[in-house]
Amino acid sequence: MATYDFVFDKLGLKEWCAQNQTETPLSMRELLARSRGDTESSTSIWELPFPSMDALNEACRSFPQSRDLTKGLENGFLSIKDTLSIFLDPLTQPLSWFLDGALHIMQITPWWIMIPLMLVIVLLVTKSWKLVTFVGISIAGLAFIDHYDYAMQTLAIIFVCAFICVLFGVPIGIAMSRSDRMQRYTIPILDMLQTLPPFVYLIPLIFLFSVTESKLYGIAIILYAIVPVIRLTNLGIRLVDKDVIEAADAFGMTKRQKLFRVQIPLALPNIMAGVNQTIMMSLAMVVIASLVSAPGLGVLVLRGIRNLELGVGLVAGLGIVVLAVILDRVTKTSLARINASQKNEAD
Amino acid sequence: MNQEIKISIRNLYKVFGPEPLTAMQAVKEGMTKSELLEKQNHVLGLHDINVDMKAGQITVIMGLSGSGKSTLIRHLNRLIEPTEGSIHVNGDDVLTYDEEALRKLRREEMSMVFQKFALLPHKTVLENTGLALWIKGNEVKQFEEEATKWLARVGLQGHENQYPHQLSGGMQQRVGIARALTSNSPIMLMDEAFSALDPLIRTDMQDLLLDLQRELKKTIVFITHDLDEALKLADHLVILKDGFVVQQGEPQEIVMHPNDPYIIDFISDINRARVLRAYSIMDKTTQAPENSAGQVSSTTNLEEIIAMSHGDTSLVYQVMKDGEQVGTLSMQSLVKALVPTHSATRAVR
Ligand SMILES: Nc1ncnc2c1ncn2[C@@H]1O[C@H](COP(=O)(O)OP(=O)(O)OP(=O)(O)O)[C@@H](O)[C@H]1O
Ligand SMILES: [Mg+2]
Repeated sequence: MATYDFVFDKLGLKEWCAQNQTETPLSMRELLARSRGDTESSTSIWELPFPSMDALNEACRSFPQSRDLTKGLENGFLSIKDTLSIFLDPLTQPLSWFLDGALHIMQITPWWIMIPLMLVIVLLVTKSWKLVTFVGISIAGLAFIDHYDYAMQTLAIIFVCAFICVLFGVPIGIAMSRSDRMQRYTIPILDMLQTLPPFVYLIPLIFLFSVTESKLYGIAIILYAIVPVIRLTNLGIRLVDKDVIEAADAFGMTKRQKLFRVQIPLALPNIMAGVNQTIMMSLAMVVIASLVSAPGLGVLVLRGIRNLELGVGLVAGLGIVVLAVILDRVTKTSLARINASQKNEAD
Repeated sequence: MNQEIKISIRNLYKVFGPEPLTAMQAVKEGMTKSELLEKQNHVLGLHDINVDMKAGQITVIMGLSGSGKSTLIRHLNRLIEPTEGSIHVNGDDVLTYDEEALRKLRREEMSMVFQKFALLPHKTVLENTGLALWIKGNEVKQFEEEATKWLARVGLQGHENQYPHQLSGGMQQRVGIARALTSNSPIMLMDEAFSALDPLIRTDMQDLLLDLQRELKKTIVFITHDLDEALKLADHLVILKDGFVVQQGEPQEIVMHPNDPYIIDFISDINRARVLRAYSIMDKTTQAPENSAGQVSSTTNLEEIIAMSHGDTSLVYQVMKDGEQVGTLSMQSLVKALVPTHSATRAVR
């Protein structure tokens, strides 16, 4: 007899329990008890089990076990999955196109066009020859050890994902900055996205989309990396000097004029800091995303782990570090340029 | 005086807090500011304000920190909404304005100068100056001439392409004034416009403002917590305390006849000789005195008259206005007028 029999006796639920006398699968506790040889539940107060779902199930077979909870969740998800896919599939399809397109372009463009092009872009956004030299040497180094293609694939994915993060993140951040209620509801979601282990959102995504589609990892990366750009856009706009906003109102600016002529320009340093973080987080996620077929340096890291090829894994890891340093330096330097060109009277 | 009334404020109340209307009830039943804060957790910002501001004059609103000056001036262009009362500008009730009409009022009727300058840090001095025209949809080219003109008028020619952070505080506030002038609006609201500046620059700016005012004849609402500044600039002085008007009127009149201990305190350490002018302490008479020591203009301040008399207290001067005598001023009454009111009352006691 189980410990919590009396609960069901008291509640007069005996009959309901008796309806289901078929053996349910054994719970872990029962299994352990049986292997120890004592089939009778002990009466010692020291071994009183917590009235958990499994313990209650022992007393009453009609009571659900905790594995029913996880299973229920799974079944629930599976049952809405098809309808969800009908909506989500076409909505997210462009993401696959972007990713595949970017990967394709990176692949067909010969290195002697791609590398100079990237250096020109770096020069344009940073105006720093030192940085251009650094980037040139780093990429040449990666290419020399035959990691050029992998690095370019990783970069292509990051560019597409970061671009989409900015495309959606900035407007969401602006909306949040304009309504306290929106901020109240959005912040817990952002917190969740940021703290949920990245592997966890891969699981439902795998059910929703096929693993062969690039949008699968695209969505995972975007969900993970969009958070900072939203947060910092919201923060940046909220931090714009109240006096300046008041002046804009006093001189009769419309809401729209205020947003585009005052708030966004003044929040730009913060928004750019958000973009920098978004890029760095995309890079972190792109490695994990190779678990679900994202190409790039992550694949090599994964191979290193799977086949215990130490050298392959380490070199690919270092390649990721090099990319991280490049992306960070370039975005930070262009951020510093924005900061310098609009110093506040406060500093 | 017979100038037209430009802005008229009637029975204006402002209560800050979540339920101002309930709190209003309590205020009307005689609850004071501190009681209201304690019992209902509402702040009484303004209490039954009635002020008329005449066209072409500088109306100065003075009071200590927290007396509601900023709150009052922000009601004029409705940056703050009143809890009760009415505000008329050019005879129109601005509280009935919809968003569109309010924007028009802010763009065309009023401009504002701020204590902390509030320039756009990412725009050049020129672009900042043309803000009002830019908001109305003009390009830099279209307002360049106008903005440059006003920048030159406030003494900032050559700084057009600098950014605000490259200028000193005084220069930034000149930009603030030029920005207000470029909007070409008849009313100028100035919230402690000179309080952040050091004393010398402050005097400069006051002179600049008086200079501009002689030429432009705007309706200026000027806020300050500094009595000397108030007396120097004001045509009409309104003294606020804890959200209500303690006394308002001609500044000389207030200095000579303060009606509240708060004001007596306030004026006890001003330089009366520099503030008071002949007309406010003279004996009104058109009869020439027996042995006149000379003629002084009615707006001469007492300091100058003392200098003129070389300290001789037996002299009597004729006070002249527009070439005619309007009164006589004996040095004895002048010396008496130099004694602050509260010392006088204490001596009598
Ligand atoms: N948004 C607000 N919410 C609550 N109370 C407010 C608000 N704005 C102003 N007050 C209160 O109203 C009163 C008047 O404030 P106001 O800013 O008008 O004072 P002030 O005379 O301009 O002072 P200062 O010289 O410091 O600028 C103060 O007691 C202040 O605490
Ligand atoms: Mg103030």
